[in-house]
Order: sequence, then structure tokens, then C-alpha cells
Amino acid sequence: MERRAIFAGRLLPALLLTPQLTVTIVFFIWPAAQALLQSVRREDAFGLSRHFVGLDNFAAILADPFYLASVEISFVFGFAVAVLALALGLLFAVMADRVVRGATFYKTVLLMPYAIAPAIAGVLWLFLFNPSFGIVGSALRRIGIDWNFLLDGRQALLVVTLAAAWKQIGYNFLFFLAGLQAIPKSLLEAAALDGAGRRRRFWRITFPLLAPTSFFLLVVNIVYAFFDTFGIIQNVTGGGPDKATEILVFRVWYDGVVGLDIGGSAAQSVILMAIVIALTAAQFRFVERRVHYT
Amino acid sequence: MTAEALPAEMAGSDRGAWIPHVVLVAGLALVLFPVYVAFVASSLTLRDILDAPMTLVPGPHLFANLRAALAEGTVATSGQGVGAMMANSLVMALAVAIGKIAISLPSAYAVVFFRFPLRRLCFWLIFVTLMLPVEVRIIPTYQVAADLRLIDSYAGLALPLIASATATLLFRQFFLTIPDEIVEAAKLDGAGPWRFFIRIAIPLSRTNIAALFVILFIYGWNQYLWPLLVTNSPAMTTIVIGIRQMIGNGDAQTAWQLVMATALLAMLPPIAVVLAMQRWFVAGLIEPEK
Repeated sequence: MERRAIFAGRLLPALLLTPQLTVTIVFFIWPAAQALLQSVRREDAFGLSRHFVGLDNFAAILADPFYLASVEISFVFGFAVAVLALALGLLFAVMADRVVRGATFYKTVLLMPYAIAPAIAGVLWLFLFNPSFGIVGSALRRIGIDWNFLLDGRQALLVVTLAAAWKQIGYNFLFFLAGLQAIPKSLLEAAALDGAGRRRRFWRITFPLLAPTSFFLLVVNIVYAFFDTFGIIQNVTGGGPDKATEILVFRVWYDGVVGLDIGGSAAQSVILMAIVIALTAAQFRFVERRVHYT
Repeated sequence: MTAEALPAEMAGSDRGAWIPHVVLVAGLALVLFPVYVAFVASSLTLRDILDAPMTLVPGPHLFANLRAALAEGTVATSGQGVGAMMANSLVMALAVAIGKIAISLPSAYAVVFFRFPLRRLCFWLIFVTLMLPVEVRIIPTYQVAADLRLIDSYAGLALPLIASATATLLFRQFFLTIPDEIVEAAKLDGAGPWRFFIRIAIPLSRTNIAALFVILFIYGWNQYLWPLLVTNSPAMTTIVIGIRQMIGNGDAQTAWQLVMATALLAMLPPIAVVLAMQRWFVAGLIEPEK
């Protein structure tokens, strides 16, 4: 889209663009290019020597069983978070769309976790599920479950998944509610007059019409689970026990900052970039198609 | 808004109109329970907390704990109070929100209202940043910050987070909707591009500015990975990082009553901003992305 009425001039637009272009080049283009460059180089920990190694860093990563496990954990975690947060967000949105009184109140409270930092959400859930004194953790032990997520990898993954999904419910709720309210009521009324029950109306009309919203949210939630949950992971499990919750971003940080393996960390960054670009591209393609056909 | 939109037939003929309320109240409980437990824990003594199962009735120590956290922090923060950390978080959140809006408004205006060589290239240079969150280029960004001597500075905390095009995209979309007639009329009145920008384009964008401010304030306040890397000095610690230091190993030695008081303090400002500006914020969140 372009506008017809524009202004003449070269100097002013250049000046207007300069701040953002400078920040973008210095803090985005340059580091991203560095990541690409470092991913094909090997550097000693002090940055004193470096040489070109081609795709060795990538080969090393992809041959590392712990890295492959981390890929698997990320996807399991990402999908679990997305599915859980989407299902609950949709459930609450459908209900809020039906209530007559108190809709604003429900909306306000459900939106709250969006404002809470992932790292803080992690602290809250860590506290709830602590095996010895956490309210939920100690209750689980009392009813005979051997609850100790500090030692049990599956339980640890469960806690970080719950904490991450909890934070995202309000966001999904908001988008689903907007999607529901955009569905023409005449469509649902017509179906009701034809004798379609509530359940049937939901699955035959509402749910398909929400597909674009759902797909958009699926991508947003997966990107969130991949990149924004570092604080949750570090506060709740520290990537453990025994790497059971080590998602990809955690490993980029660990290898780069703790392990000082710049080349390996950069190669992982490049792989992560490819994943985000693929997800974003999938989303744009889908959104474009939706614009064409509806 | 929901209520009025419902046709009387569908709202009225509800058997089981109570079901949505039951489900939504369960939803509220799910959302509020972890926060409520944090509130109760910050009103107790450590001994009360460790005495499982912890009570769900608030105790009398809320203000004492809040005061202790604000002024002194814990042993783990070596006497650094949470109050100072909150000040750092506030500076960072405001710098991210105001900084990003301040650089995005002019650049969006330039790409929409002018034609100049390399316009497309500039456009793409800026928009490619939408693709990659700071987390994926974290190590090289750290090296840039170190080369520019930005470690342990507010500029170092904020600048890399400002390098993203979300706000520019939103303003660009909005500027494209300003009717050509307004621009032509302003030109006839002798308004130049700068005057049009200051007197018309920016005032027309104020709803978008308010919405973005909320979103970016929360984004800035809640940052974790980047502040963890770029600050080392206790004087520069943000509250979200500080709470991490207070937890330590997460065992019984941790001063949980102070950790939970700090968690409350860390949640309060972003929640307050969302509540105060909810209307703009909701519109701003949903509209640009749909």
C-alpha cells in the first residue's frame, strides 16, 4: 500500500530515519551478521585467535546427542505450552462471550498474567510446587505421589510447562474473545433456527471461523515458548535435572556465557534464527491466504 | 460490550446460564491462586512458610516484609534493597517504551510520507528485525555492547531492546490510513512536512502511542535474559534479576517471605499500568496483529 499525497524532500526523511537505522544496524544487523560469521569460525575463549572452520560448528552441534535432546525438549515444551494455553484461552473466551454480567471483570483478571514477567511467574510456580513446603507440592506428597521435580525430569518439564502456559492464557483469551465477537451473530441465529444445538453451532460454525485466529496464536505461542521462557526455566529448574528442561535458548546462553564456546553458541543462534524465520514465514503465508479467500 | 452484542433470543433461552460463570470463576481461581499464595507468603514469617502445609490465611507481617525487602533485600543481594532495583527496572522500562516510540514515529513517517532513493532498502533493513528476537543473537549483541562500553549502563540495558520494528510497523499502518485530503488541505494551508508531522500526524496517533507505551513498558520491565548478561554491578540490578539472586538454591535457607514480597513488588507496576490503561492497551494489542 502506498499513499498518493506525499511531501517532497530528501534531507528531512533522511534525518527522520537516522535514529532507527543507526540503532537497527548497530544492535541488530551487525550482531546478526556476527552470529553468522562466528558460526563458521572457531575462536579460543579469550578471543585471541580465530580461524575459518566451515560448517564444523554445525556438524559438531548436530552430532551432539544432548543438542538433539534439547531440540526435542523444545518442541515438546513448545507444543505442550501452546496447546494448553490455547485450549484454556479458548474455553474462557467462549464462556466470557456468553455471559451477560461481569464480562469486563473476568476479562480484566484473566488478562493479569500477561503483565507478569516470565521469570516472576517461574518464581510463583516454583514456590507452589516445592516438594517440601510448596502448597501444591506438599499436597501431592501427602496423597502419595512421589513428587520431587528437582530430581524427576518429567515432573520438572511439567512444572515449567504449567508456569509458561499460565502466563499465556490471558493473551490467548483476549484474541479468541475478539475473534468470537467478530463472528456475525446472524450466522449463529440462522443455525439456531435450523435447530442446531449449542455444541453443533460451536463445532460447525464458530470453531472453523476461529481457525485464522487459532493459527496466528499457535505461532505466537510457540515463539513465546521457545524464546521468552528463559526466565521460567532458569528460575524453576536451571535447565535440570540432568538437562531435562534444557530448551534451545537456555543452551545458547549456557554454551555461550558459561561454556564460552562462541562458535558453537553462534551456530545454535543461526539454527534458532532459521526456526523463527520458518515459523514467521508460515504465518505470513497463512495470513495472506486468509486475506485472499475471505 | 459482550452483553449488548448478544441477541435476546440467544441470551434469554439459556438453560444453564450459570455454566459460563462457574467456568470463568474457575479461570479466575487458576489465574489468581499463585498470586494469592505469594501475597499470603509475604505476610508470614519464614517459619510459618516452611511449616507445611502453609496456611492460606494472611498473617500480620506484610508491611514489615515489604519494608525489609525494599530497604535491605536479603543476604543474597548483599544488602542491596529492592527499592533501588525497582528504580533500575523503571528506568529501563521507560527507556525502552519512550525510546522505541521516539525512534519509530519519525522513521514510520519518513517511509510513508516521502519518496527517496533506497527507501525500500531502509524499509527492509528495519522490518527484518521483526523476525528475530534479541534472544537468538544474544552473544554477538553482548559483544557489541561490550565494545561500545555499554555494560552496566542504562543505555546498554535499553538500546538492543529498542532495535525492533514492531512499533514502526504499527505507526506505518496507521499513517497509511490518514486520508490524502487531510494532507492536501494541510499543504494548501502552507504546512510543510515537519509541521504536519508535529501538528497533525503525532496528535492523531495518540491512541496508538498509548497502547504501545503499555505494551513496551511491560516488555521492558519484564526483561530477563538481556539484563542478566549486560549488568554485573549490584547497583544496576533490575528487580526481575534481583529476585533470582535472592532465591539462590531455592531451599529452606532462602528467605522466602522476602522473595515473595519482592515478587509482589515486581508484579505491581506492570499490572497497575495494564489496569490503568486497559482500554487502549487491549485495542493496541489486538488490532495491529490481526
